[in-house]
Amino acid sequence: MAQAFTPGLKVTQETIVKKKRILPLKGEVLVKEGDKVSYDQVVAKTDLPGNVIPVNIANQLGVAANEVRECMMKKEGDKVEKGEKVALYKSFFGLFKNYSISPITGTIENISDVTGQVLLREPPIPIEVRAYIDGVVTETFPQEGCQVETMGAFIQGIFGLSGERSGEIAVVVSHPKEELTADLIKAEHKGKIVVGGSLIRLDAIKKAKQMGVSAVVVGGVDDKDLRALLGYDIGVAITGHEKIGFTLIATEGFGEMYMAQRTFELLKANEGKWASVNGATQIRAGVMRPEIIIPVDKAFDKNKGAEEEGRGLQVGDPIRIIREPLFGELGTITEMVPALHKMESETMVRVFRVKLSNGEERIVPRANVERIEVK
Amino acid sequence: MGDKKEMKTIIATDCGSTTTKAILVEKVDGEYRLISRGEAPTTVEAPFEDVTKGVLNAINEIEDLSDRSFITGNLLKKERKNDKEGMDIYVSTSSAGGGLQMMVAGVVKSMTGESAQRAALGAGAIVMDVIATNDGRLPHQRIEKIRNLRPDMILLAGGVDGGTTTHIAELAEIISAADPRPRLGIGYKLPLIYAGNSAQKARDIVQETIGEKMALEIIDNIRPTLEQENLGPARHKIHNLFMEHVMQQAPGYKKLMSWTDAPIMPTPGAVGSMIETVANERNIAVVGVDIGGATTDVFSVFESENEKGDIEKVFNRTVSANLGMSYSISNVFAEAGLDHVMRWMPIHMDEKKLRNIVKNKMIRPTTIPETLESLVFEQSIAREALRLAFEHHKSLAVGLKGVQQQRTISDAFEQTESGQSLVDMMELNMIIGSGGVLSHAPRRHQSAYMLIDAFLPEGITTLTVDSIFMMPQLGVLAQVNKEAATQVFERDCLIYLGTCIAPVGRGKAGRPVMEVIVEHPLDKEAFIKRAKEESPHFPVVEDMTGHVIRKMMNYGEMYRIPLDLDETAKVTVKPVKGFDVGNGPGKELTVNVSGGTTGIIFDARGRRPFTIPAGDKERVQKLLEWAAVMEAYDVEALKKYISE
Repeated sequence: MAQAFTPGLKVTQETIVKKKRILPLKGEVLVKEGDKVSYDQVVAKTDLPGNVIPVNIANQLGVAANEVRECMMKKEGDKVEKGEKVALYKSFFGLFKNYSISPITGTIENISDVTGQVLLREPPIPIEVRAYIDGVVTETFPQEGCQVETMGAFIQGIFGLSGERSGEIAVVVSHPKEELTADLIKAEHKGKIVVGGSLIRLDAIKKAKQMGVSAVVVGGVDDKDLRALLGYDIGVAITGHEKIGFTLIATEGFGEMYMAQRTFELLKANEGKWASVNGATQIRAGVMRPEIIIPVDKAFDKNKGAEEEGRGLQVGDPIRIIREPLFGELGTITEMVPALHKMESETMVRVFRVKLSNGEERIVPRANVERIEVK
Repeated sequence: MGDKKEMKTIIATDCGSTTTKAILVEKVDGEYRLISRGEAPTTVEAPFEDVTKGVLNAINEIEDLSDRSFITGNLLKKERKNDKEGMDIYVSTSSAGGGLQMMVAGVVKSMTGESAQRAALGAGAIVMDVIATNDGRLPHQRIEKIRNLRPDMILLAGGVDGGTTTHIAELAEIISAADPRPRLGIGYKLPLIYAGNSAQKARDIVQETIGEKMALEIIDNIRPTLEQENLGPARHKIHNLFMEHVMQQAPGYKKLMSWTDAPIMPTPGAVGSMIETVANERNIAVVGVDIGGATTDVFSVFESENEKGDIEKVFNRTVSANLGMSYSISNVFAEAGLDHVMRWMPIHMDEKKLRNIVKNKMIRPTTIPETLESLVFEQSIAREALRLAFEHHKSLAVGLKGVQQQRTISDAFEQTESGQSLVDMMELNMIIGSGGVLSHAPRRHQSAYMLIDAFLPEGITTLTVDSIFMMPQLGVLAQVNKEAATQVFERDCLIYLGTCIAPVGRGKAGRPVMEVIVEHPLDKEAFIKRAKEESPHFPVVEDMTGHVIRKMMNYGEMYRIPLDLDETAKVTVKPVKGFDVGNGPGKELTVNVSGGTTGIIFDARGRRPFTIPAGDKERVQKLLEWAAVMEAYDVEALKKYISE
């Protein structure tokens, strides 16, 4: 059967969610296979080597590079305190003494006879990796981390800002077409994941920050408002490190976009439940979409693989149109037209015949639709 | 390798950052021709995380379109059974997963730093940063920068042979202290190529400092003397390490490598080798561009004087890592600025809407413009991406810096610094455009129009475009079967758009710039007949007597005369005082030019500077006028958007 491959976003009521929790460099794994973990539990930790500060001792003491070692009062591997003398040069039969002072607290890493530089390393920076979701450790990777799995609802957004957070879901609009306005965000939403409808504007974004919400999940957001929020233009779509005080997830795109009915219903059905969210988005080189994970405490077969991934689009599949002029419209594929079709832009493309939700039939480029998961 | 068996059926793929493109090439009646092409989204990323899936999907599209069979299960049919089944060889290029990302280091930024950068770029890499002892950063800032970058490999250069060892030691110490981690794969040693001062002492220092932490490779110095650049060994080593280390870490590449009959090349390396071949075989100066989803590569081949005083062809490649039409489209918008993009738009759009359109394209990079409005907007952004990438290229494609120049007293009034840009637009003979937005433009005229606006060619320049964006595949195919690659390139890949004739000079709107006299192969009667048959592609040209068209062109005008690919016309240009079309200011020039899909384009919009009217109304009027001359868009349909 003919298929067309178009990536889509996952919106699933119940699935096995697997999350690899990996350290940035080798360290210690604190959990073992089978352990039940909570979202805020540290599962692995390591020490990131501290920053390196080079000090040109040869210049400071006015000696040749190959004389530096003789002048050193400390050797490689020795600990030093900030302000401590680390090298001494005596001249004029010891009458004049020149010292080099350590600018940091740390250790002597290297003494170079060629450049006359001494490298001082600051103390290690501890790094901890948390479980992020409530679940079970199903695999450990020695010195690297582990895999946490859970059964739960899984919703992918299209674009997000800021990183991992968690909280209780609070749906504050009554309809996916309703805008999330500032007056809907209240003090009681502190620490919660606030779900809106079609759009959030700058004043409401500011209110969310002010009220200390954990996250905002909404259909669309204007890029102009994001620029005002961040103070800069997002050039390349790699996000997750923004310090905006909460996590922002747009499920549909930029501009006013009705949240997909299914996404809204799924969030509504889980109102009051605890969820983990991550706004990190990376569209290039290792695509990463923002996500909302709502674990359910339910046994599952860890050997069961993830459900069928990446099946192509077929006749009968429900889709969403993701490019103007019908951006956001939902429909069903009625025919996979094999011949190339000329669009208004005169582009010759492969197309689908799609029946829109209002019953109208339209021809749409295959590249401009995405599948909606209906599990 | 496959060159011993007869190669009748060839499949070649290019795994790009957005899409994987496959072509089917076959020997038909003794000649290699392109038979079919297919494409599918690249599958390096989750949920697929296996590049071969995208490859199979793209080849599957060829199967559908050509009624052939090349796949069995999840494997390629590597044995050709008959005319319907199997292939003789399979080759591939790749820039998926962000391509090859490198960091380079040199002692002096504008000397060995630049040479190292050129070596990495020439090998097809994206250069993430150039570390140098005089880069204006403090040592701890350099260390921090290296730690934060996650390159695929590092190239360390510095010092001429027998020169500095101290500065090399300093760089080595900094890299060692930073201990950068590779982008892909945990726990494997990051490759470091040392291509600096070849004195044993320098090499020993590098070995001692870095040898244990990284996978060190020592090769010949890329700058043995100030006057000499030796990039070959470094490029070769980068290619090898790319295959041995980096590719092994990317999802699905081990499998892909076991399928290919020749080493997988980085996409830009393959395109570069095609462009270099064109320049050398035809003995011309060429600028090539490949505008992708994430990056834009610019290639150039110009003549330059070497250290012995001989004229040689110099190849340069640059990559603008964050200029592209999908993943990087938002960055083009941010870098160029709203005004620069909007100056190409004959349709008004408000800022909020524009910003959202750009971002929606960025987050859903594989969508294509369905409406004319979207198309015009994307092509406006493409002009800016190309312009910015070309500016970047001109600043890097320079002569060697730090070289002492011998000057005579006659040069005293014409002092030129070393390290001038090698790109001379007046010397340029041909522009080759490639990449989705140029190759797949609905009208070829649009590609010609975009190339002219973005590159602003001067004098007489042939415009060409890669027909369906297949130079990468042909570049890698040339490694195993040069005959097949050349034949397909000539017959099916390179599309001649036409010739652009543009005088350099400043002027005032409406004032004369040049008189053009064209001796056309068709006489007036035949011309009018064809104009009627092929309107509007073939416009009625006034001022024609017999075979001769005469036209006085004013500043700010464009003029197009259709001329088919197999036709040539004798063109005489008489520029007014102050305008130069190649023979000097005000000097007449007569040349024979060949045609193409768009014909001969006369551009009297001025150069140095090129200007577009500042006022909104005037600008839109001019853009519509030029679009009509270029027959780039359906102007009536555009007007409909304007009135809305």
